[in-house]
Amino acid sequence: MSVAPIPVAVSAPPAVALAGVGKTFGAGPAGTRAVTDVDLTVAAGEFVSLIGPSGCGKSTLLRIVANLIDPTEGTVLVNGKPARQARLDQDYGIAFQQAGLLEWRTVRANVELPLALHGDGRAARRARAEELLELVGLSDFAGHRPSELSGGMQQRVAIARALARRPALLLMDEPFGALDEMTRERMQSELIGICAETQAAVVFVTHSIPEAVYLSQRVVVMSPRPGRITEIVDVPLGTRDEEVREAGRFYAAITDVREALRGRPVPSAEASR
Amino acid sequence: MSDRVLGSRAGRAAMVVLALVLLAALWEAYKLVIPEDGVSVGGSLVLPRSDDASMPHLSEIFGVFGRSEVSGSADSSTVLSSVLSALWYSLRLAAAGFVVGVLVGFALALAMQRARIVERALLPYVVLSQTVPLIALAPLVYGWSGNLTLFGMDWQPWMSVSAISAYLAFFPVAVGALRGLGSPPPVQTELLDCYAASWWQTLVRLRLPASVPYLVPALRLAAAAAVIGAIVAEISTGLQGGLGRLIISYAQQATGDPAKVYAPIAGAAVMGLLAVGTVSGLGLALRRYDPPEARA
Repeated sequence: MSVAPIPVAVSAPPAVALAGVGKTFGAGPAGTRAVTDVDLTVAAGEFVSLIGPSGCGKSTLLRIVANLIDPTEGTVLVNGKPARQARLDQDYGIAFQQAGLLEWRTVRANVELPLALHGDGRAARRARAEELLELVGLSDFAGHRPSELSGGMQQRVAIARALARRPALLLMDEPFGALDEMTRERMQSELIGICAETQAAVVFVTHSIPEAVYLSQRVVVMSPRPGRITEIVDVPLGTRDEEVREAGRFYAAITDVREALRGRPVPSAEASR
Repeated sequence: MSDRVLGSRAGRAAMVVLALVLLAALWEAYKLVIPEDGVSVGGSLVLPRSDDASMPHLSEIFGVFGRSEVSGSADSSTVLSSVLSALWYSLRLAAAGFVVGVLVGFALALAMQRARIVERALLPYVVLSQTVPLIALAPLVYGWSGNLTLFGMDWQPWMSVSAISAYLAFFPVAVGALRGLGSPPPVQTELLDCYAASWWQTLVRLRLPASVPYLVPALRLAAAAAVIGAIVAEISTGLQGGLGRLIISYAQQATGDPAKVYAPIAGAAVMGLLAVGTVSGLGLALRRYDPPEARA
């Protein structure tokens, strides 16, 4: 069984469009400037990573896109709608560093949660959950409790849950941050496959340079105090497979991002994208 | 796993019985060892008297249950039947108080959870309410009967007892439910926000199930408090028919029949066990909401 891909029209609005976005926590001179002057467009179906040191505002930016917090200034469009409307329409799926599964629900019921909140019928929920659990390779664990699963498996359930409503956009806040390196690499490959199948756009927050490079078409490099975008690095790696991880161009891309993080003199053509 | 649960539960029951036997043995041993007039040092009593008026033999205490209420009369009702009917009466008053207390406590917790400002305004009074001595409150509440009409119904004396019982029961529920409803971590509440879940959906799908491990112990405390509240209120309002009144009237006969006082006290203990046991049964039914580390 395969998940039917969402047809993406040529004229589809960008998954995310940020213009002049800034966020200050607190008011007056005591306020903290968390994010400033962010302009960023993520095309439909595109995979974009946000990377930068702690305090660079990458999680804040993701939470602004998710409409969990409101920006102090600027406009946020998700699928061409204001962020709040997109959230109310359940236009995006989300996964955090902690899987955040509900312990009293089975794995299947956890995946069904967004569908239940949307008011879908029992049979439809069941069918969709089976489909998603097969996609993430957990069909045999549908009736298990989350606590009976390993960390990697729990995170897979969280990803399946994020995909439940066939969103055109996935928001992921360090979803593999708590996993060991081997599980992490396997999950990255799986995520690539899932994205190819669902054609969802992804905004992916991470600390890891290889992870950002391996997954993304573009890596957004941010720096702190105040959090802002310093450079957007293209990653022209083509089809991702295990061989890419060993390839010279992979390491070249990693070096590219690393230098951008250290703050090299920015070539203007690169930054103006 | 179930074997271990059964084993530990049987083990716990055995410990309870053992404790009872030990207590009984201590009681009789005290009577055996300590002289009837107790032990006095320099004119002041340091160990209480052990004569039959102060500490009747256990056999006598249990024997009381079989005796008829008024010795020598044709009335066949025994002390046991009096205690049982009083127990049933008090239990119903306590149950009414428990239900009202749980509803009020839960409603308060919901209001406090929903709005921080309500919590700031209300919580100090919730805590303060428990520092008012029950005995001071009882005559006030008792005065409502005959003066108060509720939904077209005159306030009955038994309602005063249930009201006092509810007053004690609501507190643990309010505090426990407040903690439980606030227990889901941010990752879970934010997840529901992301899926545009309403306040009601968040309550039913997240906050309520997450609050079960806090609610069950709170309900157990509330059940015990409701029982104590009912009996103390019966005593201080002088309401007829329940265990509270029976304790008073048997205590007045104590000079002639010292063992009799213990009968309604035993009844009160049984009533407390019944109440707490029922709630614990409810807790067993809700085991799937226990945190995973506690379920094993």
